Amino acid sequence: MKQKNFNRIQPRLGGVSRRDFMKFCSGIAASMAVPAALVPDIAQAVTSPQRPPVIWLHGSECTGCSMSLLRSEHPSLEKLIFELISLDFHETVSAGAGHQAEAALHHAIEENYGKFILVIEGAIPLRDGGIYCQVGGKNFVDTVREIGPKAGAIIAVGSCASWGGVAAMDPNPTQCVGVQQVLGDSQVVSIPGCPPNPYNLLSTIIHFLTFNKMPALDGKNRPKFAYGRLIHEHCERRPHFDNGRFARQFGDEGHRQGYCLYYLGCKGPVTYANCSTSQFGDAGSGCWPVATGHPCFGCAQEGVGFHLPQFSTSPVLHATPAASHAPITVERGQGASPGSAALMAGLGGAALGAGAVFTAKLGSKGTDHEDEKA
Amino acid sequence: MSDHAKPLGGRICTPTFLICLLVVGIALYFAGKRFLYGIGSVTNMNDGFPWGLWIAYDVVVGTAFACGGYVMALMVYILNRGEFHPLVRPALLASMFGYTLAGISVFLDIGRYLNVYNLYLPWQMNFHSVMFEVAMCIGTYIFVLWLEFTPAFVERWQLKNFEKRLNRVIFALIALGVLLPTMHQSSLGTMMLMAGYKLSPLWHTSTLPLLFLLTALFMGFAMVVFEATISSRVYRLGDETSILAQIGRIMSWILAIYLLIRFQNIFMRGEMGTAFSGSFLGNMFLLENLMLLIGLFLLASARYRTNPRLLFIAALAVLIGGSLFRFNTYIIGFDPGTGWKYFPSVGEQMITYGLIAFEIAAYTLFVKVFPVFSASHAADANQ
Repeated sequence: MKQKNFNRIQPRLGGVSRRDFMKFCSGIAASMAVPAALVPDIAQAVTSPQRPPVIWLHGSECTGCSMSLLRSEHPSLEKLIFELISLDFHETVSAGAGHQAEAALHHAIEENYGKFILVIEGAIPLRDGGIYCQVGGKNFVDTVREIGPKAGAIIAVGSCASWGGVAAMDPNPTQCVGVQQVLGDSQVVSIPGCPPNPYNLLSTIIHFLTFNKMPALDGKNRPKFAYGRLIHEHCERRPHFDNGRFARQFGDEGHRQGYCLYYLGCKGPVTYANCSTSQFGDAGSGCWPVATGHPCFGCAQEGVGFHLPQFSTSPVLHATPAASHAPITVERGQGASPGSAALMAGLGGAALGAGAVFTAKLGSKGTDHEDEKA
Repeated sequence: MSDHAKPLGGRICTPTFLICLLVVGIALYFAGKRFLYGIGSVTNMNDGFPWGLWIAYDVVVGTAFACGGYVMALMVYILNRGEFHPLVRPALLASMFGYTLAGISVFLDIGRYLNVYNLYLPWQMNFHSVMFEVAMCIGTYIFVLWLEFTPAFVERWQLKNFEKRLNRVIFALIALGVLLPTMHQSSLGTMMLMAGYKLSPLWHTSTLPLLFLLTALFMGFAMVVFEATISSRVYRLGDETSILAQIGRIMSWILAIYLLIRFQNIFMRGEMGTAFSGSFLGNMFLLENLMLLIGLFLLASARYRTNPRLLFIAALAVLIGGSLFRFNTYIIGFDPGTGWKYFPSVGEQMITYGLIAFEIAAYTLFVKVFPVFSASHAADANQ
């Protein structure tokens, strides 16, 4: 991006330098695994005045997803985030309140009908007509049903919006469900996690802004760039797992040595997320749960997080390499045993003998006088 | 193919046939064990020697033995030497079983054998892999060989309509039957070219593909002589020495070219000292080439090669020499690093012997049931 173009948007970015801005764009490109050559396209898309705005709604949740976006460690990143994605409406960070805020929401929707990106944070309670979550006197489920069809794209951020999360934990008294279950016909991109890494959300939005389509999704509508692999596959403690070195109790020798937390109930082997490569919640290197010595509890995986007991072991989905202890020294083959050598020598000798007998019977002139019969 | 070929008939359950079946039965036991409990339960193969007897003998040596069909088709249909036509069908029969059993052997040798179908899925193919080329060629050639041999089935069962259709496409099958072995026999050499310094310099050379192609040619011819000599005696087909001696003459030329290239290559790379160093590998090199030289010596002289006994000895020497070359390249001259060793286990050997026994049993069965040997050429040769 040229300095001239950057100057145009710099007032919106506050103290962010052009260099930091391009670093941010490169980081986004890297986390989506798109080629570096597309970084200028990304910069162009996120600074375009015509970019579609983001409207952010809250349901039954704790606002942790928004918090993880706000409390990023990078300087002024919150500025970048909220300015770049043109966040026109966000209930918990908007200055206005009450009817004023509601009016702003409806204004933003009408202005950008069919174009805006709808981000929903939080589960949607359905019991008793959905009365257990109301905003502005209106049941949240009705709000979602009303606004959802008007959006250009819908993203469910966090485990609650993805499938119900903590709000839908057994016995689920308010019958909370995810956004997809309410907006059955529309495609709802799901960014699970409690909270998810903010880059997973930002990258998805920016992918949409840059290429005008959502990134490649898996069967549960999760972006493959972030949820394509198990945490276990790239875990920093994976070598301990493969070599059979486990922590058996909190604080035991293995735990202090930083061994694999599988037997403490780690759900990394059944949870699809990029925590082991992108870290968790953008909290910085070495600060994701497994690195701090606590087993993953599978917050990003439906049927695992808030569902399986936290300290019970999970099944290992892909046991490659072997879940058993891999040998460091291997037996380097066996030489001839008396049996195998005798067999080969015996049959070899018999074949030679048969050949010799046959040769001896062959005349030096062409005649047939053999009595063998096969 | 030959209009005069007819089934030999006669008793099928001969003692030889029954002994072969017994060996096949033992091999089946070990094959079952391998499929149920894995390769490690039957073989001595290890990470240093991932290719053992099954690849070295059944595939690498076995397909060279089975090159009879290849060289005879090349002679008769490409070089138009019609006088060898009576030898084509027996050679094809031996090739058919040789290659089929090589295919079975590979199936036994692949760790996850149920994944073998991936070879034929175009989106799984790696066109940069030599092993893919070999696997694809051998896999295809097995089918081509069975189709090349189909006229014998057609004659036996009087399939008139099928015969007409087959005659329209058989030229393409024969062309494939010559093309495919040319490709994969040289690629068998390329595979060990990639072994790099692990292979002794006596065998590791960039001419390995050419050497493998030439050994396939003369071993194919030698096998035709070997097998025709035995069957002519065992089945009283009459003497074929005159026609086999002509093959011997062709073989002597190929052998001479091969040995010239082989020794020129060793001299050029300065490895002649290794060959005569008295080391085990040096002696293996000498033994291998001594056998080929004996073959060349006997075949080069018209007087020796028209003597059925000396012709047979020459064919044996060439077969042993060629096999030694291939064994040396694939196992004996191969050193994957300190401490690795390999010798085929009893079960591993028994499967290989079982495949050989199956080949013999099936061959004796087929020549009695299907028109393979031509009656007239035996009569011609008798004159």
